[in-house]
Amino acid sequence: MLQRVYHLLLKEFLQLRRDKSARLRLLVPPILQMLLFGYAATFEVFNVATVIFDQDQTQESRALVADFVHSSRFKLVAPASDRRAVQDAVESSTAQVGIVVPQGFSELLRKGQTAPLQVLVDGTNSNTALIALGYVGQISGSYGQRYALDLAQRTGRTLGRPMVNVQLRERYWYNPNLNSRWFFIPGLIGTLTLITIVNLTAFAIVREREVGTLEQILVTPIQPIEFIIGKTLPFFLIGLFEVLIVAVFGMLWFQVPFKGNPLVLMLGTSLFLLSTLAIGLLISTVCKTQQQAFSSNFFVLNPMFILSGFSFPISSMPDALQWLTYLDPLRYFLVIIRATYLKGVGLDVLWPQMAALAALSLSLFAVAVLRLHKSLD
Amino acid sequence: MRWRRVKAILVKESLQIVRDPRSLVIALLIPLLQMFLLGYGISLDVKQIPLCAYDREGSQASQDLLQRFAASPYFALQGQAADYAEVGRNLDNGRCRLAIVIPADFSRTLNDAGQGVVQALLDATDTNTASLAAGYAGAVVASYSSAVQLKSIERRGGSVQTLTPVEVRARVWFNEDLVSRNFIIPGVVALVMAIVGAQLSSLTIAREWERGTMELLISTPVKPLELMLGKLLPYFVVGMIDACICLALAVFWFQVPFRGTLPAMAFTTGLFLTVVLCIGYYVSVSIRSQVGASQVALLLTMLPTTLLSGFSFPIDQMPPAVQTVTYLVSGRYYVTILKGLFLKGAPWTELLLPILCLTLYALVMILLAARAFRKTLD
Repeated sequence: MLQRVYHLLLKEFLQLRRDKSARLRLLVPPILQMLLFGYAATFEVFNVATVIFDQDQTQESRALVADFVHSSRFKLVAPASDRRAVQDAVESSTAQVGIVVPQGFSELLRKGQTAPLQVLVDGTNSNTALIALGYVGQISGSYGQRYALDLAQRTGRTLGRPMVNVQLRERYWYNPNLNSRWFFIPGLIGTLTLITIVNLTAFAIVREREVGTLEQILVTPIQPIEFIIGKTLPFFLIGLFEVLIVAVFGMLWFQVPFKGNPLVLMLGTSLFLLSTLAIGLLISTVCKTQQQAFSSNFFVLNPMFILSGFSFPISSMPDALQWLTYLDPLRYFLVIIRATYLKGVGLDVLWPQMAALAALSLSLFAVAVLRLHKSLD
Repeated sequence: MRWRRVKAILVKESLQIVRDPRSLVIALLIPLLQMFLLGYGISLDVKQIPLCAYDREGSQASQDLLQRFAASPYFALQGQAADYAEVGRNLDNGRCRLAIVIPADFSRTLNDAGQGVVQALLDATDTNTASLAAGYAGAVVASYSSAVQLKSIERRGGSVQTLTPVEVRARVWFNEDLVSRNFIIPGVVALVMAIVGAQLSSLTIAREWERGTMELLISTPVKPLELMLGKLLPYFVVGMIDACICLALAVFWFQVPFRGTLPAMAFTTGLFLTVVLCIGYYVSVSIRSQVGASQVALLLTMLPTTLLSGFSFPIDQMPPAVQTVTYLVSGRYYVTILKGLFLKGAPWTELLLPILCLTLYALVMILLAARAFRKTLD
């Protein structure tokens, strides 16, 4: 048995060695994508394009405008001399945030009353809009606090009794500086591997069938199980190799810390690769042509990517979709890889995910083997 | 160019599509399934964040504060921890994302000096959720703080004075309720169109090579441009049907406001479909194996359209080098146009630049694709 598997393995690797462009396709894209997407995927918000119209033109209003201009969150893109200009800028997407300090702003402040600050936000990207609004609130809030304190000191008027103040002190564990790259890079490793390996495996058997070499293999004394091992083992090794390159690259280039045990990640990666192989194999057995296999890939891969929690929190999905995510191996792997990278936890915490991955791959493999038996007859 | 020869290829290709019903059904099902999955699955709104509490005091005041957390729709109280070690374990294994620790002298310092400190420990592996959770927790604590303040003033019989010197009055345009679905769905339409286009066209020539029918095709008098037209037109029709399904779902099922005009929509969608079909065709011509073509097509469509088009991650937040790369992603222009048409109802003039870019892109791709095919065997 070993010998027959070995020969099939040899054939697969010979095929790969003779195809130079296939080798390039395996090596270059993961690193290139890692670089591009590693920089692209971020939810942080800096330098939001902003226009400010200061209608009040007083010392107070200028101080507030200066606070906005000097914050790293907002960037003044164009001058505005009236309300119309602010609206136009937001309308034409020159600016995402428009701020108007209305006439009488300082007067109200001096009287100790609440002074309004008018803000116009482009809500097309609701996430950025929400975060930007939060920063507007923070900056104007701290300005107001400073002003009130200053006023109290200058006029000798105390603010009455000591204010009640309950403070929230946040401490961010595992990622103290809230660097969103630390969140996305481990996720990218899983996603890139999933896409490459499922696609390669899905084509493996279908190609033999379409080109007509499957029948040649069937007349050899090889057993179905040996055939499957010989067909999938190369991709398993390729997958391990890819994860290794991309992980090392992510650590050295993007400086994502790795706190956990490499062996735990290795085990998780192996289980995850098994499940991707099983999915690819299953697609390979139900499809007759490579075109069908390719369509099925898209059909399966994109939902797996979206439902994995790569960037969109699973807890915010409707219940039905949350149930569906339990069938997504990437979901478990992302938990494993993020936890080993950032939290440094071991098997005592990650065993449920490992067990789920193992169960998922076993049952998928079982179905694939049964289907293969049928389709070979 | 002879229409007769185009028609011959067209009929052949259409027959091939019709005779492979499974691929056709998948091509028509993809938009349906993807729109539902992505439309419901993609949401950046955070609610029901699992929370655990470690109340070291157990007083009336601390219970009041925790009650407010339990009542907030943003948090789901998972239970009380008995000590710090348990808090650490809960964060480690992900049972909670946020732990609120109330110190043993909380109510004493609050009564004596009016000062209280509450500690929030956040699992920051997911940075976006963590910072949103911190914001919501801050709001809960602030509302508790002002409630206590109010009570103490009332007890003394004083009047309430304004506590906020500057008040932000915000108006949000184009997506008034800041529903993330409204900005996600137009992006999903672009993603589905990119996937469908690549999936339809990227194997069409590689298939002929692998099956050995290429030699037959080369021996016919068909010209490269005629071959391309005949091959892509049927897929263009399938793609436009997919587009109609997507748009109908977006408007009628997901109720995303559509403020543009239909002709503008149809024209730009046709342009985008042309671009993705030509890219697929180009890949198919250049790489003669179906596995290879599929790999490159996957690479060029799925992740770039998700991550580099501005559909989920804002382009202006990317480093300049990556921003330059996004100009090469055709989805970028289409997403801008779609958002403009859906949410802003922008007039033609404002979308002129992205439409122009997309047109240019389509022309270049048509030229590249038509020239790539040579009638030689090697």
